[in-house]
Amino acid sequence: MPKDQGIGASTKRREDVRFLTGTGNYTDDINLHGQLYVHFLRSDVAHGKINSVDTSAASAMDGVVRIFTGADFEGIGGLPCGWQVTDRHGEPMKEPAHPVLAQGKVRHVGDPIAAVVAESVQAARDAAEAIEVDIEELPAAVDMKEAVKDGAPLVHDDIGTNLCYDWGFVEENKAATDEAFANAAHVTTLELKNNRLVANPMEPRVAVGDYNRANDESTLYTTSQNPHVIRLLMGAFVLGIPEHKLRVVAPDVGGGFGTKIFHYAEEAFCTFAARQLARPVKWTSTRSEAFMSDAHGRDHVTKIELALDADNNFTALRTETYANMGAYLSTFAPSVPTWLHGTLMAGNYKTPLIYVNVKAVFTNTVPVDAYRGAGRPEATFQIERVIDKAARELNVDPIALRRQNFITEFPYATPVAVEYDTGDYNATMNTLEEIADLSGFAARRAESEKRGMLRGLGVNCYIEACGIAPSNLVGQLGARAGLYESATVRVNATGGITVMTGSHSHGQGHETAFPQVISEMIGIPEEMVEIKHGDTANTPMGMGTYGSRSLAVGGSAMVRAAEKVINKAKKIAAHLLEAAEADIELKDGTFSVAGTDKSVAWGDVTLAAYVPHNYPLEDIEPGLEETAFYDPSNFTYPSGAYCCEVEVDPDTGKVTIESFAAADDFGNIVNPMIVSGQVHGGIAQGIGQALLENCAYDENGQLLSASYMDYAMPRASDVPFYQVDHSNGTPCTHNPLGVKGCGEAGAIGTPPAVINAIVDALRSGGHDHVYHIDMPASPSRVWAAMQK
Amino acid sequence: MSKVSMTVNGKAVSGDVKGNTLLVEFLREDLRLTGTHVGCDTSQCGACTIHVNGKSAKACTMFAAEADGADITTVEGMANADGSLSVIQQAFQDHHGLQCGFCTPGMVMTAAALLKENPKPTEAEVRHYLEGNICRCTGYHNIVKAIMAASGQDVSAIAAE
Ligand code: FES
Ligand code: FES
Repeated sequence: MPKDQGIGASTKRREDVRFLTGTGNYTDDINLHGQLYVHFLRSDVAHGKINSVDTSAASAMDGVVRIFTGADFEGIGGLPCGWQVTDRHGEPMKEPAHPVLAQGKVRHVGDPIAAVVAESVQAARDAAEAIEVDIEELPAAVDMKEAVKDGAPLVHDDIGTNLCYDWGFVEENKAATDEAFANAAHVTTLELKNNRLVANPMEPRVAVGDYNRANDESTLYTTSQNPHVIRLLMGAFVLGIPEHKLRVVAPDVGGGFGTKIFHYAEEAFCTFAARQLARPVKWTSTRSEAFMSDAHGRDHVTKIELALDADNNFTALRTETYANMGAYLSTFAPSVPTWLHGTLMAGNYKTPLIYVNVKAVFTNTVPVDAYRGAGRPEATFQIERVIDKAARELNVDPIALRRQNFITEFPYATPVAVEYDTGDYNATMNTLEEIADLSGFAARRAESEKRGMLRGLGVNCYIEACGIAPSNLVGQLGARAGLYESATVRVNATGGITVMTGSHSHGQGHETAFPQVISEMIGIPEEMVEIKHGDTANTPMGMGTYGSRSLAVGGSAMVRAAEKVINKAKKIAAHLLEAAEADIELKDGTFSVAGTDKSVAWGDVTLAAYVPHNYPLEDIEPGLEETAFYDPSNFTYPSGAYCCEVEVDPDTGKVTIESFAAADDFGNIVNPMIVSGQVHGGIAQGIGQALLENCAYDENGQLLSASYMDYAMPRASDVPFYQVDHSNGTPCTHNPLGVKGCGEAGAIGTPPAVINAIVDALRSGGHDHVYHIDMPASPSRVWAAMQK
Repeated sequence: MSKVSMTVNGKAVSGDVKGNTLLVEFLREDLRLTGTHVGCDTSQCGACTIHVNGKSAKACTMFAAEADGADITTVEGMANADGSLSVIQQAFQDHHGLQCGFCTPGMVMTAAALLKENPKPTEAEVRHYLEGNICRCTGYHNIVKAIMAASGQDVSAIAAE
């Protein structure tokens, strides 16, 4: 019997009701009394020297309140970077300034030059057109490998190079790795690109700044995944507002996928301008603006080599990657190609020697930072593609080659500095073979061929590190933040519970899933528990939601706080029942004395806590409210096996996804319905990356894909129904719920499955020279691959 | 400025609009009906989908003045008279057809238009009809499933949770 409450139940989402009836409260739905509007004048060239910005005519226009330029931000902090990477030689990365509004130079299309604040959006826009900007266009650095050559145009003149860092990992393994390659029976080499993507949450970014002169308090309403992080970064590093005078609210947020983690110039601007003008200032991004101002994702160029011995055991892996940083360092950009990528290069395999080299490069493009998966999709794509190529070169079954090299004993310390606590890669592969009906593939291929179509099957595995992250570890790795999470469990007098969490829900369903956990622990209905998140005024300092961390880290904090509450409630119950505390048991919302029929209900105990007439006041305080901060002791390691079947039209190169199956190990599951939904969404984004999406620049740094006319988002008819399974959970050993996180898996595991399948299809059509196709595998690319 | 009058969710409303005021701006800013969303500026995403005289339309692609005299329904007008969720809305909740909720109003309005035209659509027909509505969260699986369920079809065989 499926449960209908608590952990493991597919409880329907309570937040759906407001979203389905149009009563959600997204940031753009907020309008404050006396509100002004800002429009940003943005650079239309990739690189240029600002000779002058003349705002005089524009300032005189109707409705214009004030126009700000870079000069207004001199002496004010720039946007900070939250992670410092140390390079191969022990030197810190290059960290250029990132002003709120451009100063001296513009460095990418979309770089804000001036901000017009006016009584209406229209007035602000009209005035922006009247600003006279004299920019001397400079040659742009666009291609990464060109950008690091001598004589290339410099994105930041003062740092004298476009190389942000040259990172080696694990540097001490380099010589041994090279030696293993020299001794290998077979080496497979693959050069590939991980295409630049734009996260594209459907809600564009919005910021509303407000200032209350009476108490000198600023409030920022913003589309953020982590309001406390924004408060800290903006307050301490940009505007110099102490945190107790700054409130950041991220109300209903329409998707994030990483791109709403970062602190953006527009947020700082609206908060700043609201103080200057003593009126609320609102900015709503258009989609076109989003394409040139939201941090982009991926954009790696890699050469990967896999060494095998004569028995096809993996003996070493070596990579060289160029990772695009864009024009400035976005909040967590340096961590993505390094600690979120290099540490995952062991994948699911017991390769003993690994060396990863990453060169991070500044270019005259929009900053690049974490996008769903962040580093792990890049790692997975490389590993799983090179294994597939090796299997084809060696003429062995790709699944058998993987199984032969699987890690099977846990805990397992990889050569890239992480320790996997649990997993069962054969179990997920077994399930995958079943749900994807691999044994029926030959018949399906024959049927496709009868219709003149090529059919291909692609299988791959993935592992990711989630539940980010142990603070002391990430501190050593360069993080300028802790990565714990917080929760306050406030029990009300009549027994209902309000949980204030530092996690943030922007589609993940925390308002439904978190109460399931509390309900399970106390034995009260889920409806008695309410979740508050997204407002620094009423939640404890938390780090927010990304890296599939909400339940693993935020949920653990909530469990710890709830345990404290239960312990205290037991003391109260013991007093009421005149029994020893050690004999008190809590089950189904009732405290009872073990071995007796004496009991007291949850609600009576909570009432006693707030009406402490008969209460052990000498031993414990009244009230029932506890806070916990949970700092994980390790990452969690979700893993799985994915399978894609495609049909390729040999005449046009068009690829159709015929079926897609995913077998995941997420550890324990709180709400299976929500977990499946997370996987579905990730798969669609992975299919999007593999077949459709591409953020393209021309050689002058002009952004070619700046709207939905040019950037192909996956639509309903681009994808099939998916088969997903998460029955093989091996519980995480180090968090109280045994959960691992499921938010990014789909986006990580999917792209190689699609490309593996396309390569398989083409080879089945006699195109034996095809080992790889770059993403997105557009019809023209696939068709061209068949022509050689 | 010109005066427009229309019926929105069964109520007569009027207001003064500029010639270039979009219908979606009038709904969101003047009437404060913020259920209708804006997800793009190229008429591609469908977050703004409403019904104009019974047919689905993108409110970002019409001027408010063009809707003078029209009968408009937005997502705020889709629940049953007693406030309970309509069959389509309920199916979206039952089948987890939404995550962040941003595309959802447009999806609900498009689904309602589809089922009016085609009461028992096939999977392919649903997917085709959703061409103008982008969802970044759900991968469409549960949206398609919810719409088929709302049409009274048995969706229990559609892949597994
Ligand atoms: S907002 Fe109307 S189609 Fe995107
Ligand atoms: S539910 Fe988020 S875009 Fe569809």
